[in-house]
Amino acid sequence: MIRLFLLLTFLFLPMSAHAFCGFYVAKADASLFNEASKVVLSRHENRTVMTMANDFKGDVDDFAIVIPVPTVVKKSQVNVGDNKIIDHIDAYTAPRLVEYYDNDPCQQIFRKEMMMRSSAPMAMMADDAVQKSAKSLGVTIEESYTVGEYDILILSAKQSDGLFKWLNQEGYKLPKGANKVLKSYIKQDMKFFVAKVNIDEFESSGYNFLRPLQVAYESDKFMLPVRLGTLNAKGPQDLLLFTLTKKGRVEPTNYRTTKIPTGDDIPLFVADEFGEFYKDMFAHQVKKEGMKTVMLEYAWDMAWCDPCAADPIPAEDLRKMGVWWMEKSYDSRPMPGQPRRMIAPMPPKGQARDAFVTRMHIRYTADTFPEDIMLQVTEDRENFQGRYVMRHPWKGEANCEMAGAYYSKLKGRFEKEAKNLANLTGWNISDIRKKMEENGQSFNIKPTVDGRPWWEQMWNE
Amino acid sequence: MQKALTFINQDARHFQIVTLSVLLLILAFMYDFAPVPEVIALTVFATILTQFFFFKVLKIPSNDYRSPLITSLSLCLLFKGAALWLYPLAGVVAMASKFLIRHNNKHIFNPANAAIVAGLLLLPNMVWVSPGQWGNAVWLGFALICLAVIVLGKAGRADTALFFLGSWVFLLLARALWLGDPLEIPLHNLQSGALLIFAFFMISDPMTTPNNRFARGVFAFAVAVVAYILQYHFQIREAIFYALFIVCFTTPILDYFFKAQFYQWRKT
Repeated sequence: MIRLFLLLTFLFLPMSAHAFCGFYVAKADASLFNEASKVVLSRHENRTVMTMANDFKGDVDDFAIVIPVPTVVKKSQVNVGDNKIIDHIDAYTAPRLVEYYDNDPCQQIFRKEMMMRSSAPMAMMADDAVQKSAKSLGVTIEESYTVGEYDILILSAKQSDGLFKWLNQEGYKLPKGANKVLKSYIKQDMKFFVAKVNIDEFESSGYNFLRPLQVAYESDKFMLPVRLGTLNAKGPQDLLLFTLTKKGRVEPTNYRTTKIPTGDDIPLFVADEFGEFYKDMFAHQVKKEGMKTVMLEYAWDMAWCDPCAADPIPAEDLRKMGVWWMEKSYDSRPMPGQPRRMIAPMPPKGQARDAFVTRMHIRYTADTFPEDIMLQVTEDRENFQGRYVMRHPWKGEANCEMAGAYYSKLKGRFEKEAKNLANLTGWNISDIRKKMEENGQSFNIKPTVDGRPWWEQMWNE
Repeated sequence: MQKALTFINQDARHFQIVTLSVLLLILAFMYDFAPVPEVIALTVFATILTQFFFFKVLKIPSNDYRSPLITSLSLCLLFKGAALWLYPLAGVVAMASKFLIRHNNKHIFNPANAAIVAGLLLLPNMVWVSPGQWGNAVWLGFALICLAVIVLGKAGRADTALFFLGSWVFLLLARALWLGDPLEIPLHNLQSGALLIFAFFMISDPMTTPNNRFARGVFAFAVAVVAYILQYHFQIREAIFYALFIVCFTTPILDYFFKAQFYQWRKT
């Protein structure tokens, strides 16, 4: 009955990412907080590329991270990436709101789907003295180098006390309890990736923000270390984990995955407050699951998207994010001057665009996520996205008999939308109804009838 | 009601069927990524059909549907395939392994476990297991244990499950102690539904475990040790299933050295 005009409105996720997932340590007493972070993990066979978005807002001098890594990482395995690529994958996979416009109930049934895309919104080199003090504390500086604006050390240690002491000695403020966690990682033969900002390099780079750090390594361990990060957290933290694989969806093996509710019709006023809506809905769902599950927000075969929420990610950018198995030559990006394509083309034969993207949103505390997140690549290539639907009722004139039936159905539809919204977010239903009335979605909606005599309607159209 | 209870009491497998069905319903109605009805129907159908096919070919005068039903329900709970046809195939492989891979009148592998391992090894791009999918809701773990203990109390081989869980708890606690990890970590790992299903419905299969009780203890401990090594040293997420598969090869040897009575499902 409904002719669909689909307008896809792209909205950014309300949660802004502030930091790395790893572990902030303050060099000075700057108030650092790591409430949210964005990480991209590209994984195929035993090769992993980890990209950590950096939204650090404080004084760059205070920036310092310690991340456990499974192997020693050499200089050529580290790269400084581009924030734009992470913003792009974020935009491409974000939960979205879609709009449908009801057709004139008096028109013949004519079904056409069309969509409009909106554009995507798109100093600590180890000197001899340092080496010596490290050695005396049982800390080995395996590697020491500068990449882009970051000074990086790869440490291994025999015992946690020495490492703890050395890091503190070097000016890293480690939170209480870090000692125990360091010990566990040391025994599991993990190394430590320690990075700070090299002020000279940063100033000469011309950037006024920090770029993402990327690490490539080979290891059977496919996991995300979150334990250190929970130590200095003031409350629950948010992590957006994007994975790119050849096979399919990635899932944690030691935590349950829950799909974010999707596909529900919701009232029209949500368009103006989609950010609030998503934030509250996410919080409500997390609460329902006792903050113990990983929320799946998006899972998609990147070979195609129909419709695409944002510009498809070019093969070149996927490679930059660690999709090393993708052929260089393949790129679906339209050439300059060509119209943007509505649908990403299927890859030419023999050039499969083998990348499957998963977006997981994790809200966690040390209590609910006591263990690091162990991951596995599954063969599940089923597509999933978080999307919410607004249906605009017909606003034009409707003089026919069918119009009566249409309008009598609308009231029930609005009520259903109000209920959906209340269920999703935990908002008060009477407030929702009130807001709907105020925003032109009246429960007493009536057809717009042309009251003029028929001859006037005929001659003065 | 009375009739239903009598029916359940008649055979330990009736208990198992009820328990597994309840679990499947919980999964279907409360959790995401549950098997769709087609998957359940195809798996059950293929498994039972294969059993009857072998009865006919081998001229075994039986019309038992319970064992294949248990196998198919276990598969529905644990096995994941990228295509629909993989599920009935898993059912066929499970039952075929039961009739074709035998020694001394006993099948070597637990059928569902054999199908899972065969899938993982032979079709690595299509088959997986989701050990995290059960989450770790304590109540669910508790409910599972309670239900399952009753099942095995009837079956008389609850000891294998308990030997295994005991060994597993011991290994995880020892690991936590060695690493200096808080107890929350081993506890978190133990509250896994997949682990309990494995312990109470796979490793405790009376037909594929040694007949002698002491040998069963050895068997269960070996499974735990192999699983521990695969999981923590080789980072294999499906460790328990591989471990059971590997250790099952030793059942005939253990049976040879430790003599005991065969297991009978129905008490005569």
